[in-house]
Amino acid sequence: MKPFRSVTARAAVLDRADVDTDQIIPKQFLKRIERTGYGEFLFFDWMKQPDFELLRPEFADAGILLAGRNFGSGSSREHAAWALQEYGFEAVIAPSFGDIFRTNALKIGLAPVVLPEKDVERLMRAVAGGGSLTVDLEAQQVSGPGDLVVPFEFEAFARESLLQGLDDIALALKREEAIAAFEHSHAARVDTSALPV
Amino acid sequence: MTPQTLFDRIWTSHVVVELADEPALLYVDLHLIHEVTSPQAFEGLRLAGRRVRRPDLSVATMDHNVPTEDGPITDPLARRQLDALRENCEEFGVPLYATGSGREGIVHVIGPELGISQPGMTIVCGDSHTSTHGAFGALAFGIGTSEVEHVLATQTLPQRRPKTMRVNFEGELPAGVAAKDMILAAIGQAGVSGGVGYVVEYDGPAIRSLSMESRMTVCNMSIEWGARAGMIAPDETTFAYMEGRPGAPAGADWERALDEWRSLAGDPEATFDKELDVDVTRLAPQVTWGTNPEMVVPVHGEVPDPADYDDPAERAAVERALAYMGLAPRTKIEDIAVDRVFIGSCTNARIEDLRTAAAVVAGKRVHSTVRALVVPGSAGVKRQAEDEGLDKIFTAAGFEWRRAGCSMCLGMNPDILQPGERCASTSNRNFEGRQGQGGRTHLVSPALAAAAALAGHFVDPSAVGDAA
Repeated sequence: MKPFRSVTARAAVLDRADVDTDQIIPKQFLKRIERTGYGEFLFFDWMKQPDFELLRPEFADAGILLAGRNFGSGSSREHAAWALQEYGFEAVIAPSFGDIFRTNALKIGLAPVVLPEKDVERLMRAVAGGGSLTVDLEAQQVSGPGDLVVPFEFEAFARESLLQGLDDIALALKREEAIAAFEHSHAARVDTSALPV
Repeated sequence: MTPQTLFDRIWTSHVVVELADEPALLYVDLHLIHEVTSPQAFEGLRLAGRRVRRPDLSVATMDHNVPTEDGPITDPLARRQLDALRENCEEFGVPLYATGSGREGIVHVIGPELGISQPGMTIVCGDSHTSTHGAFGALAFGIGTSEVEHVLATQTLPQRRPKTMRVNFEGELPAGVAAKDMILAAIGQAGVSGGVGYVVEYDGPAIRSLSMESRMTVCNMSIEWGARAGMIAPDETTFAYMEGRPGAPAGADWERALDEWRSLAGDPEATFDKELDVDVTRLAPQVTWGTNPEMVVPVHGEVPDPADYDDPAERAAVERALAYMGLAPRTKIEDIAVDRVFIGSCTNARIEDLRTAAAVVAGKRVHSTVRALVVPGSAGVKRQAEDEGLDKIFTAAGFEWRRAGCSMCLGMNPDILQPGERCASTSNRNFEGRQGQGGRTHLVSPALAAAAALAGHFVDPSAVGDAA
């Protein structure tokens, strides 16, 4: 996974709650068998609406997304996180995230930063007309225009994984002995290879 | 000993490693796989030279982008994805129920049908509606593709322990009101982010009286209010459904399994981080009017007026939803005409759903302006429905009778809405564009969908005799 330590970039404001992953990347783009090729279809339907926030010139080339609560709700499609990252976003800041989206983002090095609603609103106001923010995972803070500094909490293990770009499959495979021991005492519940075909 | 919930018992018995300051490594008893969220995971294994650790705990099917009409797959991208699944399953030894095998179907329909979704298990799938299997008293949840790869390689997943919530459905469900109405009403009450961070246990007398099919409908929509998983303690209804299914234990193993499953229900004195009460005594059939499942009202109600919302953000959201849905404030739900009706999806395409819908349409005709579709949840459901003559009832009424798949729930196959078309749908998501770009989705129960097909507009299914 691509490590994430810090990003300083222009921030875009998408002040809507409950932005679901169907909006982030519609289903017609999920037929690819590759991990790439999704960025150009980010918010495909909304991008066709002239008043869509991300089309504003002040948000061009944004690398940080400020969003409303429950961002990335709905479908488990990791393609949503891939599309955001490929489009150029390195961090998303919101009051809350859909659980699966948050995990997907963490797995690919797209930083999902949770801040209280009032802090997100403060940041949104600060960059509403265009502006840059810094999301610093090491310092656990977002800083912006003037002396604006907002600290954030981040679960320690997830933070470490992001900072180092850890491969958690490799980590789990190091626990082969524990897994094998567990399997020894935990009988398989099913045998799919014995099912009728 | 501390009293335990059903969730506590399953969690505790599946922790492989738990260290301080780290997520627990949780063992996965069953991994379900489909064509859309797996190709990059298999590719990841190949690139890293890893194998599938437990193909015997994995099973794949083709559901999301398979056509439901006879004939070849005309979409080259869909074909490539289905071919990739077949090749990956062959290469890694994963059992596959391919299209045409006679046992294929929506992944959340075939797991229970095969008897491999069992009480006390941990079940994952690269699909958010994996919560469906929680109806059996399993801990079942959706995962992303990176996690699919993790499970393929290790049969485990790093998981932070979620909070727990109990939803008590109090009272007796009125006749003609369905499980779908129960869960839609609960989501309307709690909001689409009300369950975020929680594993939810559904309980109460109204849950206990539900069939397994209906319990699956309730658990299926857990993700629609953000819950990590939804579950229902197993009971005699669960065991009766499971007995004799191909993947269920048999003989002495069955008796042993029953003993184990009977001890799964939570201790009466166990506590949850949160409780939510939903009174179903006066519940009416529900219809969504907006672009997420919390935007829901009873069929006798009306579309809200943005002017009634004080919070500017909420008002803007309602305005946006009404604009997308092409609805004026205060429109009566029963005055809304539908163009399409879709009876299908992992929420409502099991045999009971089809029986309920068929009972409504029997001997009647689909309204002249409506195009209506029934897509059974699996090849097995389709066969059973045909054995019972349900297909004849539907086709005689003017419904199209299709082959199994996810179909118009998400429109990855050719079954999509045209821009502006309005659909009464038994599926789970009314998001913008979900069923086709510009399409307008209203979520309803199978009975209400069937009634709307006959009347040409939303109507209480109990009044369909007058409406049709």
